[in-house]
Amino acid sequence: MAQATPAQTAVFRAREITKVYGMGEVQVHALRGVSLDLYQHEFVVLLGASGSGKSTLLNILGGLDVASSGTVHYLDQDLSTASGAELTRFRRDNVGFVFQFYNLIPSLTAKENVELVTEIAKNPMDPLDALEMVKLTGRADHFPAQLSGGEQQRVAIARAIAKRPSVLLCDEPTGALDVQTGIIVLEAIARINQELGTTTAVITHNVAIAQMADRVVSLSDGQIVKIESNASKLAASELEW
Amino acid sequence: MLKLDRKLLRDLSRTKGQIIAIVLVIASGVATFVMSMCAYESLVTSKDYFYREFRFADVFSAARRVPNSMEPRIRDLPGVSAVETRIVCDVLINVPEMTEPATARLISLPESGDNRLNQLYLRRGRMVIPGHAGEVVVSERFAEVHNFSAGDSVSAIIRGRRQKLVIVGIALSPEYVIQVQPGNIFPDDRRFGVFWINQRDLEAALDMTGAFNSLSLKLARDANVDEVIDGVDTHLKPFGSVGAFDREEQLSHRYLMDEMNGLRGMAIMAPAIFLSVAAFLLNIVISRIISQQREQIAALKAFGYSSLAVGFHYLNFVLIISISGTVLGTLAGFWLASAMTRLYQEFYKFPVLEFRVDRLAVVLSFLLTSAAAVSGTWFSVRHAIRLPPAEAMRPEPPASFRPTLFEKMIPSGLLPATLRIVVRNVARKPVKAALAVVGISLAVAVMILGNFTLDSLNYMMEFQFEKAQRQDLTVSFVEPATQSVIFEMSRLPGVSDSETIRAVATRLKFKQHSRRVGIIGLEENPQLYRLLDTEGREIVVPPFGMMLNSALAAKLDVRPGDELTVEVLEGKRPTVLVEVSAIVEEYAGLNAYMNKQQLHGLLRESGVATGAFLTVDSNRLEGVFRELEMRPGVASVVIKDAMVKSFQKTVASNILVMRSFIVLFAGIIANGVVYNSARISLSEQSRDLATMRVIGFTQNEVSTVLLGEIFLFTLVAIPLGWAVGYGFAGIMISGLETDNYRLPLVISRNTFMLAAAVVMVSTFFSAVVVQRRISQLDLVGVLKTRE
Repeated sequence: MAQATPAQTAVFRAREITKVYGMGEVQVHALRGVSLDLYQHEFVVLLGASGSGKSTLLNILGGLDVASSGTVHYLDQDLSTASGAELTRFRRDNVGFVFQFYNLIPSLTAKENVELVTEIAKNPMDPLDALEMVKLTGRADHFPAQLSGGEQQRVAIARAIAKRPSVLLCDEPTGALDVQTGIIVLEAIARINQELGTTTAVITHNVAIAQMADRVVSLSDGQIVKIESNASKLAASELEW
Repeated sequence: MLKLDRKLLRDLSRTKGQIIAIVLVIASGVATFVMSMCAYESLVTSKDYFYREFRFADVFSAARRVPNSMEPRIRDLPGVSAVETRIVCDVLINVPEMTEPATARLISLPESGDNRLNQLYLRRGRMVIPGHAGEVVVSERFAEVHNFSAGDSVSAIIRGRRQKLVIVGIALSPEYVIQVQPGNIFPDDRRFGVFWINQRDLEAALDMTGAFNSLSLKLARDANVDEVIDGVDTHLKPFGSVGAFDREEQLSHRYLMDEMNGLRGMAIMAPAIFLSVAAFLLNIVISRIISQQREQIAALKAFGYSSLAVGFHYLNFVLIISISGTVLGTLAGFWLASAMTRLYQEFYKFPVLEFRVDRLAVVLSFLLTSAAAVSGTWFSVRHAIRLPPAEAMRPEPPASFRPTLFEKMIPSGLLPATLRIVVRNVARKPVKAALAVVGISLAVAVMILGNFTLDSLNYMMEFQFEKAQRQDLTVSFVEPATQSVIFEMSRLPGVSDSETIRAVATRLKFKQHSRRVGIIGLEENPQLYRLLDTEGREIVVPPFGMMLNSALAAKLDVRPGDELTVEVLEGKRPTVLVEVSAIVEEYAGLNAYMNKQQLHGLLRESGVATGAFLTVDSNRLEGVFRELEMRPGVASVVIKDAMVKSFQKTVASNILVMRSFIVLFAGIIANGVVYNSARISLSEQSRDLATMRVIGFTQNEVSTVLLGEIFLFTLVAIPLGWAVGYGFAGIMISGLETDNYRLPLVISRNTFMLAAAVVMVSTFFSAVVVQRRISQLDLVGVLKTRE
């Protein structure tokens, strides 16, 4: 396993985490002892087939779910023993989420969806600045039903970053999009990683996207099988799939 | 079991909370309906049996003294099938444990032993034996209140002579199912009883040998009531008749009919309210289920299930709910009706009063609820039937929203995004929101409807018995008394103030309207019996002209300035024209008033009085009673306080029971609407709410979005419910209005507040239950799926 170089600060430190779901009468081992560090400013891609455990890992890191055993630290905070309220606080202050199906609130406009977050964040950016980062200021007053899929996902990204989170967690952000649109969305994510220095983790089963990352973590059957560092990253527009 | 039926059962069990809420709403409506109808049926059956088997008369008349020779002539009138003549007289009696005198109505029993009409049902003891002087049979209510049994005795003062009356039996009469003393508006069984006595006893005591003063008639099947009444009046006119009347004007019968009309009204109002709420609730639940199961419907149709089969599947869902509500409600209705019948047994004296099942009511309630349920859900079900399978496979298009008018009125930035979600969700489904508001407001209205009668009664009692009537005692005389008698009475030790009245039986006519009414002549400036207008201001009795109370004015359709024809039914029976000078407000009876001097002039008599109002020093009441009892001219003494208290006692115990049911019903409606609305909103918005939780909103903040809507609805619904309740109360009051009494439409602030409080508490509890569901939101799962 690749360990932290002294120069880099680990934002997340996960140690030997396992996750067992009781699905009725069968038990599903989603994670079987995963240890992983995520560093400041880095762009990590979690790669794996469906059922490999990558979403479970991301959910545990994001404070949406709690590991069955093992420890997860966000800086000095122990997430594995945090209460529900503490996890909510953690998500509210530190994590930006981007989902496969955007999950915008249909009754709010693009700008208002961003405001939904800026209203409760400690040190938010101007909602219009957040939309500017994804190049959508022109559609600020449109409702989700009036936006294309790619536009909706960019609003979701603006919503995720408007609170200036220290980590941005994206679960299959291009899963529901065509190639062209997917690239635009990935460009937006990459730009935020570079310009704001937000630690970014992207889940995908699309190997091509891995070429954008600083590091690529491959999962299979609940375990990390490989961690690779990319010597040179590609821009989103250079990807082919 | 077909698999589709199994799906039905599982769908039902998945939404059981909501379904229970709807079943309870339906059951409340059905229970009230079945209860009223069964209680009505029980009363009708008992009344009809009693009237028929004990030959309740059809026409009644009274006169001063009619020779027995008139009897055959009345029997020969066309349309008359049976006649009974009697001697009837109200006397004061002493009951051992009472300081004040009670009034007994003495009714003669024929020498033959059996009366032909208004026969007695002997409950205990025996009938009086002809020739045994001083034996009486007493009405059951009076006997019960005083714990009388055969062998007990009371002393009566008949024409100033004390006479011992020995109770030999206790009986019921169809003529006195409810005993109301003339001049009273409520039954007071402690102070008014009916005594049946040998004719010979009364003849001797009242000097009525060979004569009668009361007449009852049974009519032939094809008789014309009005012609018979005219015939009787013509024959009895020379003997001081005050006019014959039919059952509609007979006191006991009228009270009974009033109660039965009230039950009828309840039977119409309750299902209308509850079933419309249930129809709305079923509508929102079914339309949500159908939109959630869109893809299942597509699959079913793709497999070859017919549209009809799919339609029936959802209709069955609805019918199972409505039938469960009907069954539960019917059982509860039976239980309530049997409890009500037991309560009636204390008030209404029938030989048999049994709880009876009104089968028609059961069938009707089944049909009504099914119709309400199907009509409430028809559009949603039809949507499922018509949905083409290919279209159903695709998810529903995303909901489109637009900024609401309401937001444009609020500067941007003032309304947080969470509240904006609330406002837009409401605005996107205005019909659903409006119906939810109406549903909650109906709960408020039901509360008002169930509680305002006490306010109205209190207002009426205060108006009538504190502001208008300020006497302690009302004394009425057997015969018009002369000035000297009255003067003497006003000088009795303990009497501080007195006022006399002259009442005379008349028939008032205006245009095509006609009414038998007693005109009451009042002194110049009455202080014990005041006439008031609607606002409670005193109306001065003018030297000339007549004043009618508002109910009588409405019946005759007269206004101040109109001229009425007054036919006096006593003495020289003059007919004169009198102008109406004012309308006065009163909540009991149909009364007309005049200056006493003018009335004397009209009757061409000197100053006499038929009654007096007295105020008495409360420490010396007993002495005054003793004095009054011994005066042969005194027919009855009504103690105002006692009458008011006995009424309040009866009302208070009934209202307490009713109030708890009303609170329960209002709670059921409010919970049904709030819980279902919130659950539907939760289901529709669970994805949004989960997203917000993931983003970092706390559970309470997310609840704001969901419950904000409900609290908004409740907030709007409360004033609306007040208005609707006020309207319902108005309808109810006009429906309950009778000649005996009317209720003013008065709703106190407490009633409004109680209604709001009960509904808010119900809303709060439903909200708490729904909020617990928010904590169970599947945050991870919801993000993985597209709705």
